[in-house]
Amino acid sequence: MSSGPTIIKFTSVSKSWARGSGGLQKVSFAAAKGEFVFLTGPSGAGKSTILKLCYMDELPSAGEVRVSGVSSLSTKRTEISRLRRTLGIVFQDFRLLEDRTAWANVAFALEVTGTHHKAIPPRVQKVLERVGLGPKMQAMPSELSGGEQQRVAIARALVNDPFVLLADEPTGNLDDRASRAVFQLLKDINTSGTAVMMATHDLDLVRNSGFRSLELNKGALVYDSSDAPLPEKEH
Amino acid sequence: MSLALREVWTAFRRAPGLGVLSVFTVAFSLFAFGLFGLVAYNTRLALERLEERVEIRAYVTEGTETDAVAAAVGDIRAFPEVSNVTYVSPDDALKKARIEMAEFKDVFEPEFLPASLEVRLKPGNRDPDQVKAVARRLNGYPFVDDVRYGEEWVQKFYSVRRAATAAGIILGIAFAFAAMIIIGSTIRTSVLARSREIGIMRLVGATDGFIRAPFLIDGLLKGLIGGMMAVTLMWVTRAALTATVFAFQFFPTPVLLLGILVGAVIGLLGSALSVGRQLKRV
Ligand SMILES: Nc1ncnc2c1ncn2[C@@H]1O[C@H](COP(=O)(O)OP(=O)(O)O)[C@@H](O)[C@H]1O
Ligand SMILES: [Mg+2]
Repeated sequence: MSSGPTIIKFTSVSKSWARGSGGLQKVSFAAAKGEFVFLTGPSGAGKSTILKLCYMDELPSAGEVRVSGVSSLSTKRTEISRLRRTLGIVFQDFRLLEDRTAWANVAFALEVTGTHHKAIPPRVQKVLERVGLGPKMQAMPSELSGGEQQRVAIARALVNDPFVLLADEPTGNLDDRASRAVFQLLKDINTSGTAVMMATHDLDLVRNSGFRSLELNKGALVYDSSDAPLPEKEH
Repeated sequence: MSLALREVWTAFRRAPGLGVLSVFTVAFSLFAFGLFGLVAYNTRLALERLEERVEIRAYVTEGTETDAVAAAVGDIRAFPEVSNVTYVSPDDALKKARIEMAEFKDVFEPEFLPASLEVRLKPGNRDPDQVKAVARRLNGYPFVDDVRYGEEWVQKFYSVRRAATAAGIILGIAFAFAAMIIIGSTIRTSVLARSREIGIMRLVGATDGFIRAPFLIDGLLKGLIGGMMAVTLMWVTRAALTATVFAFQFFPTPVLLLGILVGAVIGLLGSALSVGRQLKRV
């Protein structure tokens, strides 16, 4: 259960864009250190928007987002860069660089954040082994299955030792078996102390896991499993 | 830094034509500036040499009292522009003429040569306007018959120098703008080609400065290479002119280094002005 210090806090967060409807309306919740939180809801409900607000790709139109002590009310560009070095982010479409190996994709995250070049190889090796890609480190993304590509993306997200992993439908492009395996990997990562916030469509996955879930609908937070007794949701 | 240089190299291989065009435009910008600059510079050197000889000669009416002339010499010496005044008597004039034109020495008779005042100006007061002003004041003395000075050639040299400077500045600036626009559009192409990497860089927390660096270095290098190319072109041109027209003086080294520096600034400015706008699009 959520007992550790708060790492992510949304206070009456609304988000709207000049063009079009959608966005978020007065969303409030908090996530604790080491917690596993699902974001659920139909397509267009606002799941991705919440994750973007967490890594401050978007800023709220009203309210406040606080992530690891960084407030959306007073952010400078350099502060956002520094924040992102302590987050891991993965997407449905993997976002790998197709012109370089799995190894180079992971190393890239360290190179561009100014890690000393001598410190890079051992860290890349370790994290690729951790996600089970030890034997395929030199493969190009096109030579890997979807599940393996997502593991490369997860390795890249983990290589900076993030306190939270933000995952936007990480199993959305994977078949059932690969989905289970990737989810198992995320659970292992969570067990070792990294918080995970995962947007998903897969309600079976959510129900069977027993983790906290936040349900969104049309930009509003309509259900937080940590507010209600769990058994009620199960039938 | 080595990562940034690698990115620069990759960007160049992606669009070598555009890269070469950028370098050439920088080179032509500085070459245009340099070529006219060279003409202006040599004209100035020539002018300096000539200016040392700028003198105004005021002819004294025959029969003027020597006292009156002597008093005037004191006056004229006190003009702020004037460095020296010499009285040349008809005898002196004759001697001088005989020395300078030895073959005609028998032709000269004293009465042909009037007395005159030879007035020299201080350095910095030898441009046509000041020469003319002093000449006009000398003409105001009642005993002065006529005033002569090298009006025409001074005027001519000055106008050559002015035209060369203006042409160099106008052409140089036009090419510099073209260079910056071309470098800017090169940046646009390479930002687009790298949009995926840039997206990931942002995601993992690379700073804006880090993301910009390869593009700025790219422009800087193109400017530097263009600058060096311009200097080489200038050197070749000067050698050709010296062989065919007359001995052109080359720019001193600090000026050449300044030229290369200006090239670097053009390149850097071209990419700096473009990169922020382009990065916002991806
Ligand atoms: N940049 C944007 N401009 C305008 N509308 C947007 C933008 N991003 C998201 N939206 C809208 O906000 C709503 C929520 O989107 P999103 O968070 O992507 O939903 P989900 O991830 O739950 O499918 C949608 O209606 C979407 O159209
Ligand atoms: Mg989404």
